[in-house]
Amino acid sequence: MGEFQVKKQTKKYDAVIVGSGAGGGMAAYMLSKAGLKVCLVEAGYMYDPQKNITQLKNPWDSPRRGASTTNRPFGDFDACYGGWSLEGEPFTKEKGTDWSWWRARMLGGRTNHWGRISLRFGPKDFKRRSIDGLGDDWPIGYEDVKPYYDRVDKLIGVFGTNEGLENDPDGYFLRPPKPRLHELFIKNAAGQAGVKVIPARLSILTEKIDSTTERGACFFCGQCNRNCSVAKADFSASNVLIYPALKTNNVDIVANAMVREVLTDKEGLATGVSYINKEDMTEYQVSGRVVIVAASACESARLLLNSKSDRHPNGLANSSDVVGKYLHDSTGAALGGILPQLFDRKRYNEDGVGGMHIYSPWWLDNKKLDFPRGYHVEYWGGMSQPSYGFSWGIEELNGKYVVKGKKKEAGGYGASLKEDYRYFFGCGVGMAGRGEAVPVETNYCSIDPDMVDKFGIPVLKFNVKWSEHEIKQAKHMKDTFKEVMHNMGAIITWGGDDDASNNYGLAKPGEIIHEAGTVRMGSDPKKSALNKFSQAHDCKNLFCVDGGQFVSQADKNITWTILALSMRASEYIVEEMKKNNL
Amino acid sequence: MDRRKSLKLIATGIIATPVVIAGCKTDDTKAKAEEPKFSLDRNPDELKYEKELLAKENFFTGHEMATITILADIIIPKDDVSGNASDAKVPEFISFIVKDMPNHEVPMRGGLRWLDMQSLKRYDKSFMDCSHDQQIELVDMIAYPDKAKPGMKQGVAFFNLMRNLTATGFYTSEIGVKDIGYTGNKPTQWNGVPDDVLQQYKVAYTEKELKECVSFEKTN
Repeated sequence: MGEFQVKKQTKKYDAVIVGSGAGGGMAAYMLSKAGLKVCLVEAGYMYDPQKNITQLKNPWDSPRRGASTTNRPFGDFDACYGGWSLEGEPFTKEKGTDWSWWRARMLGGRTNHWGRISLRFGPKDFKRRSIDGLGDDWPIGYEDVKPYYDRVDKLIGVFGTNEGLENDPDGYFLRPPKPRLHELFIKNAAGQAGVKVIPARLSILTEKIDSTTERGACFFCGQCNRNCSVAKADFSASNVLIYPALKTNNVDIVANAMVREVLTDKEGLATGVSYINKEDMTEYQVSGRVVIVAASACESARLLLNSKSDRHPNGLANSSDVVGKYLHDSTGAALGGILPQLFDRKRYNEDGVGGMHIYSPWWLDNKKLDFPRGYHVEYWGGMSQPSYGFSWGIEELNGKYVVKGKKKEAGGYGASLKEDYRYFFGCGVGMAGRGEAVPVETNYCSIDPDMVDKFGIPVLKFNVKWSEHEIKQAKHMKDTFKEVMHNMGAIITWGGDDDASNNYGLAKPGEIIHEAGTVRMGSDPKKSALNKFSQAHDCKNLFCVDGGQFVSQADKNITWTILALSMRASEYIVEEMKKNNL
Repeated sequence: MDRRKSLKLIATGIIATPVVIAGCKTDDTKAKAEEPKFSLDRNPDELKYEKELLAKENFFTGHEMATITILADIIIPKDDVSGNASDAKVPEFISFIVKDMPNHEVPMRGGLRWLDMQSLKRYDKSFMDCSHDQQIELVDMIAYPDKAKPGMKQGVAFFNLMRNLTATGFYTSEIGVKDIGYTGNKPTQWNGVPDDVLQQYKVAYTEKELKECVSFEKTN
């Protein structure tokens, strides 16, 4: 595949795409299938899930037994290379504000390890301002995106069930897996608390899918975060979009290429991008009829803000001055504990799919609550593969609970201790909320005037704070989780003591890794960077197809909507090119 | 015990140690001659990091490693289900993980020395040179957080860490995974909770779940 050695690539592409995750991967797939010549530029390493394999490894295959490293914070076996801090690529924060920034640096980006939670936005999610007066409505509605959600369902595959819920729309679902034992307990306990529980919706093929013969069905190893090298049964941009796109021979991939700037001509139109090749540290340029940025919400904003010219003195697509603003993440709060009824449980393989088999979509009406937006609940527990940290802190358990009919002293050693580890294996349970934050103009990232990274590219400075809306929502999460835990007789061992002093355990902004809002779309060019087709108001051949374009991100993981919007923007590009508008 | 005597004994301990270190160093030189192997798929810069880490000189002295091994085998001994910590190469794991996670260095080194000091006061010997009964007598003073004497709390903290590292190393080894009864990490068909387990817990799948969920022919 095409790795360039020339400074100025003479080949003129139809599209240059920056970033190869869900947004960039889908654009590369759609445009190459339509016959366009695509150059896909990725800041990280080349990656081939068929060759680079961590799936089905045993814990002892890692000398640190799956513990995390700087570039694999989710552990040695996790497929995503990147992390919370990258060598030579700093960022800064305004004093008194917070932002944790996850950056993937590999082909396919974070789709290689994500939780595969694939939720459509509902009709209300596009029109929040009309409902609660906060934030802004999208310039499009559910009916505009629905056809693309339908096609993404069929192309990529997602399991779930049609429940006829108003704001959690039905789709084209594969069969979900049956709940695990602890999930049956959760379902009953949540039900008693009035919390609705339905089958999870994850982009994992529990059955073969009609759209392709290249992918197999899930064989239930529970390791989607390692990416499904064996069967390609889960969605990753690499396995499902980019490698199939390469087969068209219309795509060249340039990996290890950090894009510095989007280039524009005298008329202010995009002509391509300049990038630094991280292997030889040489500067290159590549040109295309359209430029599509999909580098992640914050990296895309950074790129646009750094692309200044006479025609675009405030950065590209930024005459509105909104680029970088309205930055928001999902909210998150969690707690966990143990289920005494699972002590000394029978052993069997309950790996299941790589994630929860059930979840709770938002079940309440915010008009009756003291916070404006909802959240969904994710659950976990049971017998999973031991890794670093396994059975840490047994001294907190084995003195409190009678083991095999014997009251024991906490701690200990020897054969009696080995009995305890066996006795408590698989009794864990936990839950986490993922909620919608209200995007505001005062939460933003901008270019730090004083600092560049090792490539000489000016870095981002973050300025984000949670508001009362998010903190009250976190309190509600914790209250709900405690009730669910109580109802099933679980004992909370962590996350149960949060209070106002720590925002009820609300995760810091950025920690949930759902960054969005920085290049938002809208009808008014003065208040938005993009139009409703993800196209820049100020530069008609520039598009942004990642989380940057989101006006708000609902209480739904954003990947499925990124895919749908990228598919939609890609078709628009093809049509506009046919009409010679691009 | 008078202070002078104990200092002398410590000195003996220190003098005795280099002999073991020297033994280790021969191994180190041998190991350095060949490139360390790291079997997981890694990107070039992280592979470089991993190999440097593996090639890095051991943090622990021979004396410390011998003590760690004794403690690990006290924590996880052989029983009728599985072997002991040494059988599962737990000491090697601890040796590596302390290089990988330097935050363990001080608590481990300091804890081991604390243990030797206690041993010296009581038995005029370092921990590793004590009889098994003496070792157990000392371990009993720090292995039970709720009943340990206040003066032994630092020992409790050390033993908790030692227990945690030993258990994590053991139960992530092949022997330990088999012992704990984790049966996954292989292709299978998830057909739901086994019937006998559903009955045991008096739970059942709903008609809706049985109808809508993926299921497979039962094989017995």
